[in-house]
Amino acid sequence: MFFETKKITKRFGGLAAVEDVSVSFEKGSITAIIGPNGAGKSTFFNLISGIHPITSGKVLFKDNDITKMPPQQIARLGIGRTFQTTNLFEQSSVLDNVLIGHRLRTKSGIWDAIFRTAREKEEEKQSYEKAIQALEFVELMNVVEHPVSLISQEEKKRLAFALALATDPEMVLLDEPAAGVNPDETDGLAYLMRKMADHGITVCLIEHKMPMIMSLADKIVVLNHGKKIAEGPPDEIRQNEAVIQAYLGGEVHAPVKQY
Amino acid sequence: MSNLLSKRTMIMVLSCVAILFPLVFQNMYLLQLLTLVFIWSIAVYGFNIISGYVGYLSLAHAGFFAIGAYGVGLLTTKAGLPYWLSLFLAVVITALAGALVGVIALRTKSHFFAIYTMCVGVIIYLLIDKWDSLTGGVRGLIGISAPGNIGPITFDTLTSQYYLALSFLALTIFICYRIVHSLLGRTFIAIRNSEELAKTIGISIMKNQLLAFTLSALFAGLSGALYASFIRFIGPQISAITVTFEMLMYLLVGGIGTLAGPLVGTLIVISLTQSLQFLEEYRMLIFGPVVVLLVLYYPRGITGSIETFIQKRKQQKISLRKEEHEVKRDVEEAG
Repeated sequence: MFFETKKITKRFGGLAAVEDVSVSFEKGSITAIIGPNGAGKSTFFNLISGIHPITSGKVLFKDNDITKMPPQQIARLGIGRTFQTTNLFEQSSVLDNVLIGHRLRTKSGIWDAIFRTAREKEEEKQSYEKAIQALEFVELMNVVEHPVSLISQEEKKRLAFALALATDPEMVLLDEPAAGVNPDETDGLAYLMRKMADHGITVCLIEHKMPMIMSLADKIVVLNHGKKIAEGPPDEIRQNEAVIQAYLGGEVHAPVKQY
Repeated sequence: MSNLLSKRTMIMVLSCVAILFPLVFQNMYLLQLLTLVFIWSIAVYGFNIISGYVGYLSLAHAGFFAIGAYGVGLLTTKAGLPYWLSLFLAVVITALAGALVGVIALRTKSHFFAIYTMCVGVIIYLLIDKWDSLTGGVRGLIGISAPGNIGPITFDTLTSQYYLALSFLALTIFICYRIVHSLLGRTFIAIRNSEELAKTIGISIMKNQLLAFTLSALFAGLSGALYASFIRFIGPQISAITVTFEMLMYLLVGGIGTLAGPLVGTLIVISLTQSLQFLEEYRMLIFGPVVVLLVLYYPRGITGSIETFIQKRKQQKISLRKEEHEVKRDVEEAG
């Protein structure tokens, strides 16, 4: 299996924020994680990206046990992520933001910096190319030189994608990628996620916008009170009694949109 | 391009002024003052790496400065080693001390880091002050040798010492320039901007912070070593916490996190201090409010504010262009 969690649990004191959650993602698929507020979705992301230590259970990625790895090592193995509150280097330009994204694939150190060695030059070029490639992918080439504080909310969302992509990930974790943008822009972001999956990048997202998820995701995982209560393709989730009770609250009439 | 050219010409002009200064002005007092400015600037550049670029306020800086100074002092007077070897060893020892302190100190964050490093600074002061048999305690160290000859070049005149300090400062600025404009420098700035984000894009925080902290200690040590051989007398006061705060003041006035800031700040504050000498201790009544106002209204110091100003104008141009573009598009769509 490409990515798998085995009964992972996180306790903060006596409270289990995530309890016995086992999921698996296939390469190139799109998985959505949904659940009411406080269901443990963001905590789940923090666990697999190494921000919080896991209380018990196992996380496997490409046959590596990454349960106890620090975040930077997990990123190097190929898991990129974005944050719920758009987290960017606000003071820098769009290009500078993405340039640093490729740092984990470069090796230049202090000596390379002082003597401006061939390696430093080569890796600077490589980072630049990677950044441009990522910005082209998310269609932000028109604002390359702008400072982040000057671009729109939707452009910031795209930039966060680009920053994650610049790390050369095989899987990306997107925490509410479409929160706070209008429906048209949501369509654009959904198209981007589909494009990532088509390029072989496994996408896992947390989202509340049901119409988007229903048409975009290959699989939906539903969390409630830290526990997984359902897992399956959108059509199945739509009819699942437990999900309707816990989250959707009665009948569902989520319209389906095609991307 | 024109921007780059003007920057380059400005650096050329400033270097020429610095080089020609002793030939034009035969004023011993000014020369002595400028040499001290250069020496202190080196320490402030080190301060800037950890506090300006990585964003960790280290208050042990005077301590490292003193380790460098006492390193050269003790190695030349008590161990009788040649000057240049002592200088080299003093710098290495300071860098090692920095790395050692860093390994522990960098486990703490923000305010706790500042307090922890301040304690380290106080401990270094106490060690120097109380370890009578080694450091001479409050009496200090006297008779530290002046820089030794390099081949035919001697350093027994003030002018030659001026050039020596200037060359070390130029080297320091060059190294800082190269670091800031490298992938490593970008990494430092990324950590300052957001540690959490830096972590998730695969940057190891500890490794980079430790490197920056060691570098900052190294420059403090170099500065201290040059200071000791220039003044030729050192006492425990050079490691006092007030010295750290003086360096912090130079950095804040000049511009924290900027390349020119340390030199600009050191030059301005030291010149001001000297010209307000007649006020004696009362000059702090002027300095205090000036620094408070500066930090309140220009948190990025003199050079930082100039940079911000230029950047703002650039942004205005960008947003103007954007608006024009949108208007044009609207017109086209309407038509």
